[in-house]
Amino acid sequence: MKTIDLQKHTVRDLNQALHDQAVECTIREWEVLEPKGQHNIACGLDQNLAVDIKGHAGYFCAGMNKKAHVTIFGNAGQGVAENMMSGTVRVKGDASQAAGATAHGGLLVIEGNAGARCGISMKGVDIVVKGNVGHMSCFMGQAGSLVVCGDAGDALGDSLYETHIYVKGSVKSLGADCIEKEMREEHIEELTELLNRAGVEEDPKSFKRYGSARQLYNFKVDNASAY
Amino acid sequence: MSEDINVKDGLRESATFDRTTMTEIRRAAETGIYDIRGFGAKRKLPHFDDLLFLGASMSRYPLEGYREKCNTSVTLGSRFAKKPIVIDIPVTIAGMSFGALSANAKEALGRGASIMGTSTTTGDGGMTPEERGQSSKLVYQYLPSRYGMNPDDLRKADAIEVVLGQGAKPGGGGMLLGQKITDRVAKMRTLPMGVDQRSACRHPDWTGPDDLAIKIQELREITDWQVPIYIKVGATRTYYDVKLAVKAGADVIVVDGMQGGTAATQDVFIEHVGIPTLAAIPQAVQALQEMGMHRKVQLIVSGGIRNGADVAKCMALGADAVAIGTAALVALGCNHPKYDDEFKKIGSAAGFYDDYHEGKDPAGISTQDPELMKRLDPVEAGRKLANYLNVLTLEAQTLARACGKNDLRNLEPEDLVALTVESAAMARVPLAGTSWIPGQKY
Repeated sequence: MKTIDLQKHTVRDLNQALHDQAVECTIREWEVLEPKGQHNIACGLDQNLAVDIKGHAGYFCAGMNKKAHVTIFGNAGQGVAENMMSGTVRVKGDASQAAGATAHGGLLVIEGNAGARCGISMKGVDIVVKGNVGHMSCFMGQAGSLVVCGDAGDALGDSLYETHIYVKGSVKSLGADCIEKEMREEHIEELTELLNRAGVEEDPKSFKRYGSARQLYNFKVDNASAY
Repeated sequence: MSEDINVKDGLRESATFDRTTMTEIRRAAETGIYDIRGFGAKRKLPHFDDLLFLGASMSRYPLEGYREKCNTSVTLGSRFAKKPIVIDIPVTIAGMSFGALSANAKEALGRGASIMGTSTTTGDGGMTPEERGQSSKLVYQYLPSRYGMNPDDLRKADAIEVVLGQGAKPGGGGMLLGQKITDRVAKMRTLPMGVDQRSACRHPDWTGPDDLAIKIQELREITDWQVPIYIKVGATRTYYDVKLAVKAGADVIVVDGMQGGTAATQDVFIEHVGIPTLAAIPQAVQALQEMGMHRKVQLIVSGGIRNGADVAKCMALGADAVAIGTAALVALGCNHPKYDDEFKKIGSAAGFYDDYHEGKDPAGISTQDPELMKRLDPVEAGRKLANYLNVLTLEAQTLARACGKNDLRNLEPEDLVALTVESAAMARVPLAGTSWIPGQKY
C-alpha cells in the first residue's frame, strides 16, 4: 500500500501518481491522509485501484472515475463522483449537493445523507443513499437507479427520463412528470441486487418506486403549464 | 411591404404590425406554442458593416499587398496549459453538435478546418470518431447536459471549452427535437429515441464563478494540465463575465454575440436576448486590459462573422481569433439555391431556411435522415470550407497590410472609424470624419 499525506504533498502530486497507474499498475492499494476538505482528490482515475481517503474531501472527489474503488472516510463536498463511468465510490459520511451528477456508470454509495440534486442528470450510474436526499434529486435523470433508504426532499425526479427511483421513506413532493409506479417483481429483484451491491440491509418490499410519466417527452400545447 | 406597392396602390403597411408580425400572431393563435427555429438573429443590428478601416497614406506606411508577410497564426491557451494550441489562421470553427448536424457535415467541418490548420469544435452531443479522426485540432465542449461526456474523449481533445452560454440564447439550454434523435444520436446522449431533448441551461454540479474555478481545476487535474481550457459565454454582461472567467482560471475566453447561430431554440430568445457582437468585443477587451490579461488570456469572438473584413475588424477591436458557425455551414452548402424547389416543398426557400430542428434539410447538413445526409460529400464540402477559410484569411491580410500591419493581431481600434453613432458608441471608435466617440470624454 502506498500512503500519501496531503499536508506534505499536493493534490496534483497525488492525482499524477494515481494517473500514472493507468499506464502500468505497480501499486493497487492507496491511502490518502489528511485531505482536510481539499478539492479534486482522486479525480480522473482509470485503473482498478483501491483508494482510501482518510478524512473529509472537498468538491468533485473521484470525479469521472473509471474502474477504481474510492472510499471516503468522512464527508464529501459538492459533486462527488460526478460523471463517474465505472468502479465504486463510497462515502462513509454525508455528501453535499450534486452527488453522482451526470454519472454514466459504476456504483455510488452514500452511507449518510445526500444534499440537493443528488443524481442530477444521471446517465446510468447506480446510487444508493442510506439516509435522506435533498430537493430536486434525480432532476432530468436519464438512466440508472437512485435508491433512497430515508426521505426525499421537494421535486424528486423532476423532468425525469428513464432513471428508476426507489424511496423507502417519505417524498416531500414529486417534480414535473414524475409519478409513483407499481412495484413489480422485476423491480424487487433490481432493488435487491442494488442493496446487496451497496452492502445495505433493507427490506426491498418496504420501498416505493417512482418513474417518468413520459408526458413531457414531446412538446404538447396541453403541457404548457409544466414547462 | 415593398415600396412600389405603397406608391402604386396607396396602401400603407404598419411598421409595428408588419406582415411578418401578423403572420406570427396568426401562427401563435393557431398552435398555442412558441415558434422554434434555428439560425441566428434575423433582425438588423449594428454590425461590422458599420465600421471602416483607415488605410495607410501619409501618416502610416502600408505593406506591399503581395510581397510582405502578414502573420496569421495565433497561439491559444498559453496561460496554464502545457500544450497550447497553435492555429495557422485566426478563424476557428464554432461548436456544433452531432445530432444537430449530420455526421457528414461534422466530418466536412473537420476536414476543412484541418486543411487550413485551424480547430473545430464538438457540440452538445459528444465527440464522434469521424470528427476526431478528421480534425487535426479539436476542441471538446463541456456543456450543462454532459451528453456523451467521458474522460477518454476529454483526454483526446486538444482543448476543452466549458460552455456557459451561446449568443443565440444566453441563459437557455440546447434543444434537439425528436425527429433528429435517431438510434445513434440517442445512444450517444443516453436518451430514448424520438424524445424532444431539452438540455439544461445551467451546469449540474456547480454554480457561480467560485465553483467554476474548482471545476476548471478538476478538468485540469483529469487531463494532467495538458490542454487549454476555454470558457464560452453568450454576450450579455460581457465586461463582468470576462472578468469572472479570467478569475475562474480560463486560458481562453470565447464571447458569442447575439448574431451567433443555433440549431434550435425559441424565436423570441434568438431575437430578444443578448447584445450584438460589435458591442461585446470592447467590453471583453476592456475587462482583459484592466486585469492585465489582454493577449495573455486569448479572446475568441463569434456571432455573425461572414468575410475577411469582419475578421479583421474583430481583431482590430482586440480579439485574438474569431469563430464561425453559420458561415461555415453556408460554405458547406446550407441554404444552397440548387435545392430551392425542395425548400419550397417544406414551406421555406433557399436563403431563408431556418427550421434546422425539423431534420428535413434538403442540403443534408442539419439532418439525421440517411438519404438527405448522402447529399453532402464530406470531402468536397470540406474542400469548399477550406477555400472559404482561405478567402477570409487573404481578405483580412489585405486589410491589415493596407493599415501597415505585419500581423493580424497588430490591427488596433485606431485603424477603425464608424459610420453610425450607434456603432461608434458600441465599438468605441470615432464616428468617421470626427474624433467623437459617443460616451467618452475628449
